[in-house]
Amino acid sequence: MGLTRESVIDGLLAKVPYFGWLGVQLDRRGDELTTVLPFAGRLIGNPALPALHGGVTAAFLETAAVMELVWTAMGDEGGGVLPADGPEVELGKGEARAAGPMPRLPKTIDFTIDYLRSGLARDAYARGRVVRLGRRYASVQVEAWQENRSRLFAQATGHFLMPQPRG
Amino acid sequence: MEMQSGTDAQDAETIVRRFMEVVPHAEALGMEVVEATPGCVEVAMPWAPEFVGDPRTGVLHGGVISALMDMSCGLSVLCHPSRPPVTATIDLRIDYLRSAAPGQRVRARAECFHVTRSVAFVRAVARDDGDTPVATATGTFTVGV
Repeated sequence: MGLTRESVIDGLLAKVPYFGWLGVQLDRRGDELTTVLPFAGRLIGNPALPALHGGVTAAFLETAAVMELVWTAMGDEGGGVLPADGPEVELGKGEARAAGPMPRLPKTIDFTIDYLRSGLARDAYARGRVVRLGRRYASVQVEAWQENRSRLFAQATGHFLMPQPRG
Repeated sequence: MEMQSGTDAQDAETIVRRFMEVVPHAEALGMEVVEATPGCVEVAMPWAPEFVGDPRTGVLHGGVISALMDMSCGLSVLCHPSRPPVTATIDLRIDYLRSAAPGQRVRARAECFHVTRSVAFVRAVARDDGDTPVATATGTFTVGV
């Protein structure tokens, strides 16, 4: 049975407890992936404004970066292998065969967030770009906005360690 | 994060605790102030299953560490002896040294080590019960309005 990269990232959302707690969702348009954070009261850091907690913004952008990285690594251009527990997920032509429940995830090495303006009490969107995808290291940039795509409220750069085949 | 402080007559511990109380996200993550001295704050949070980032190992998601770092760093600015009335994160870099041990609480100790008229400079270290830090952070924060 073929396992598409769509089902792999949907599986990540369903299986990672923290993604469920934060409430992140994914919006796919063709090969374009947008990570969505619906507003919730527990995400507030400054009740006076009110504004999103900086830690929420950081977590949201890091989630978007990892989603984009998995998405890209499993895509046609990635063409590589994202190892899973059990039999490896084999990638190619946008489709993967897997017996494992989910691929092993890239590990964040470092993540730097620029806070450009307050994250307001409304839904937020983020889109990542894999700047470099190597066998061991990957570099990803993320932009996040709310009402207006051209008025970013945060941007981030992160470096990731790609999961290595076992053995 | 963004925060506004009150009068300057209070000591560091009072200021820090009063802030934590009104931050919904800090409460949602179960954060608590361990210690606060002028310009230096330690904040802890418990391990909980809903904050797990890797269901295979039970390791906390990095986003939880980010929130802890941002919170402790912002608080260390507010209780700096210069007593900035308000602060917001300009940028925050987090280095993830290793995974936090499942089941252990994580505490972040932040130090606001320099403040100019406009900018506060902060560094922080997050630890579980082990010897090596889990993560380190470096940040800059706004000072005043």
